[in-house]
Amino acid sequence: MFIKLCKPLAFTTILMVLTIILVPEAQAAWELDMPRGVSTLSEEIFGLHRLILIICTIICIGLFAFVFYTFATCRKSQGVKAAKFSHSTRAEIIWTIIPTLIVIGMAIPSARGIIKIEDTSGAEMSILVTGNQWKWSYDYLNEDKFFFSSLDKASYEASRRDSGIDPTTVDHYLRNVNNAMVVPVDTKIRLLLTSNDVIHAWWVPELYVKKDANPGFINEVWFEAIKTGIFRGQCAELCGRGHGFMPIVVVVETQERYEQWLAGDLKWDSTAQQLVPTNQNPTSTDTLAAL
Amino acid sequence: MSDSTHDDHDTKPTGLKRWLFTTNHKDIGTLYLVTSLIMFFVGGSMAMMIRLELFQPGLQFIDPQFFNSLVTVHALVMVFGAVMPAFVGLANWMIPMMIGAPDMALPRLNNWSFWLLPFAFTLLILTFFLPGGAPAGGWTLYPPLVLQTGDSFPFLVFAVHLLGASSIMGAINIIVTIMNMRAPGMTLMKMPMFVWTWLITAYLLIAVMPVLAGAVTMLLTDRFFGTSFFNAAGGGDPVLFQHVFWFFGHPEVYIMILPSFGVISQIVPAFSRKPLFGFSSMVYATASIAFLSFIVWAHHMFTTGMPIAGQLYFMLGTMLIAIPTGVKIFNWLATMWKGELTFETPMLFAIGFILMFAIGGFSGLMMAIVPVDYQYHDTYFIVAHFHYTLVPGSVFALMGAAYYWLPKWTGYYYNEKIGQWHFWTSAVFVNVLFFPQHFLGLAGMPRRIPDYPTQFADFNMVSSIGGFLFGASQLLFVWAVISSVKGKQKAPAKAWEGAEGLEWTLPSPAPYHSFNTPPKVD
Repeated sequence: MFIKLCKPLAFTTILMVLTIILVPEAQAAWELDMPRGVSTLSEEIFGLHRLILIICTIICIGLFAFVFYTFATCRKSQGVKAAKFSHSTRAEIIWTIIPTLIVIGMAIPSARGIIKIEDTSGAEMSILVTGNQWKWSYDYLNEDKFFFSSLDKASYEASRRDSGIDPTTVDHYLRNVNNAMVVPVDTKIRLLLTSNDVIHAWWVPELYVKKDANPGFINEVWFEAIKTGIFRGQCAELCGRGHGFMPIVVVVETQERYEQWLAGDLKWDSTAQQLVPTNQNPTSTDTLAAL
Repeated sequence: MSDSTHDDHDTKPTGLKRWLFTTNHKDIGTLYLVTSLIMFFVGGSMAMMIRLELFQPGLQFIDPQFFNSLVTVHALVMVFGAVMPAFVGLANWMIPMMIGAPDMALPRLNNWSFWLLPFAFTLLILTFFLPGGAPAGGWTLYPPLVLQTGDSFPFLVFAVHLLGASSIMGAINIIVTIMNMRAPGMTLMKMPMFVWTWLITAYLLIAVMPVLAGAVTMLLTDRFFGTSFFNAAGGGDPVLFQHVFWFFGHPEVYIMILPSFGVISQIVPAFSRKPLFGFSSMVYATASIAFLSFIVWAHHMFTTGMPIAGQLYFMLGTMLIAIPTGVKIFNWLATMWKGELTFETPMLFAIGFILMFAIGGFSGLMMAIVPVDYQYHDTYFIVAHFHYTLVPGSVFALMGAAYYWLPKWTGYYYNEKIGQWHFWTSAVFVNVLFFPQHFLGLAGMPRRIPDYPTQFADFNMVSSIGGFLFGASQLLFVWAVISSVKGKQKAPAKAWEGAEGLEWTLPSPAPYHSFNTPPKVD
């Protein structure tokens, strides 16, 4: 019987591993964990995630091992006779106290994390981010910069039903926009989130920021990127028909290039996937009306 | 009333009338169970459509709006149509037999609480054919999005009202039955664990279903009567709805899991041939879980913007739930330890429940940690978490319960071979279906999207394949049930060697009225 139990379990594992190996797009990412992130807080939060994941995995493995050991030793077919005990105060106290200690041990670093995440003081710049069905708008407070950011044209066309376009041929399918949000590196940036219609949520995994944009209210959140680069996310709160189609692209640039972008000398090119000089011939055919 | 007049009641009307006007706990239990099985397949076919669309990136089959409707109605049907009525059906069948009563305390109320369900689900399913389509705002019904629903909006609200009324009446009936109709000598602490967990669940139902009714009524008046409960422009707050909804919603998830704990606590001792370990600590753990479920609701809402104190409080409260839940799992393991184990289908489902519910429990603990929950929130990690608690959790417990008590219900054993196949296919494919969703969520795939960036393609395909095979394996359950109804192998009164409890003192199949003379319990 024990052998009988093991076989299907081994089968599950083998099946999963085989599918992972054999499915055609084997070159694509089989991402198993969260991105490590590029914000000043991401290392700490990622560490917290790994810590709790490891604790849970260890307990889980112990639990499974105990169960299978029980199966191996306490089967009727082996001719064992059932014991008659039905309680043990000592055991019950132990398995109440140990989990309590583990829980307290995890609560302390978590509480520290929350306090850091919520501390928006000392922000060097603020951007008002507004959710709309189904695009974001960015308003750089105290600067003359306001724009809408919606799904890029290539993704939009490929995402229509019967488009005949294979999404795998589109660069950054559903994670590309016509106007990207540009921010300087090593700068504490405060986002003010709100919405014009329903609830949306602004989420960029690598910046470790996710917060709801509620209509009629303003939420605050902050991040400070420690690396330049292009970071992508999307709306995380169901907001209607186009919920899967309102991506976020954040371009983290050096202070100098950020200022050039702010002054209008540089602009986001969704085809080239980078900031390009404004006077250059545009390679992108995107318009605001893409959606 | 003398015994002879009671016996006359055993002659039941035949045909449709028997089922329409029945006040018999077994008939009503059967109605509940059959309805929930049908709704399980209705909700399941919606899940199949969802997995079909997510099989590959790009939109192949359905419109995003229809996708959102499927996501919404799948959840409502599975929660209110499959899991909850199935447990009420079990309660109807088993509680009178387990406490030594002839029937439920309030038989006419019982009939009514069942017959509201078909009407509620007609209203709900009908919405697919109305202008504007079925509700598409998610089963959580968050405004303002849900207020954008087309003509089906009032149908949704009234369907929820009917379901709530049905649940409340069912719960009242269960409490009254347990409190008043126990056989002489059956003190509260001698009640079987399944009866205990249902008693606690019934109180949860009475406490929170009116809250849901209030929340949807506020939506209704916001939409049609010019109120602004959830509209900032009129002085309201959309987040208020989330607080009210989750004050219902969090106890609701325990309503779906506590009776499963009861079922597992019946099955595990029976097939370990050993009494349940730590009976009283099981009762106290269940009661603590129920109490804690009322004070942790906002852990569903960490990203809505909450003061630090609120986040800390809801984090700590949520983490505390791990302790009584751990106690339950340890008690089941201690029950099996040094027992005399055999692995018939009910036991297999119970073991599957314990192991896989634990996985769902651990991912739940991870989500309580606020700083990381900001990353998990509204991703496929959450989808994986609650499906682990609900499918290999509640649904496996229900399947185990059905296999365990089918011989008592029909008088015949089911086909054990089919039962074993059903378990192993379900247990394998449910993991192929839901385990990769953890990875998808961590890698950044939000939930409730009809199309996804191409880096998520591979795991979605694996998950879909698991989904189709898991769905198909459930047909084996229907086969197993039919094999018991049309049975060949007659079951004795005590269908399982190690089974304990009053229900096994009655002949199989159980007589129409359970105990005309109360049994004596010492």
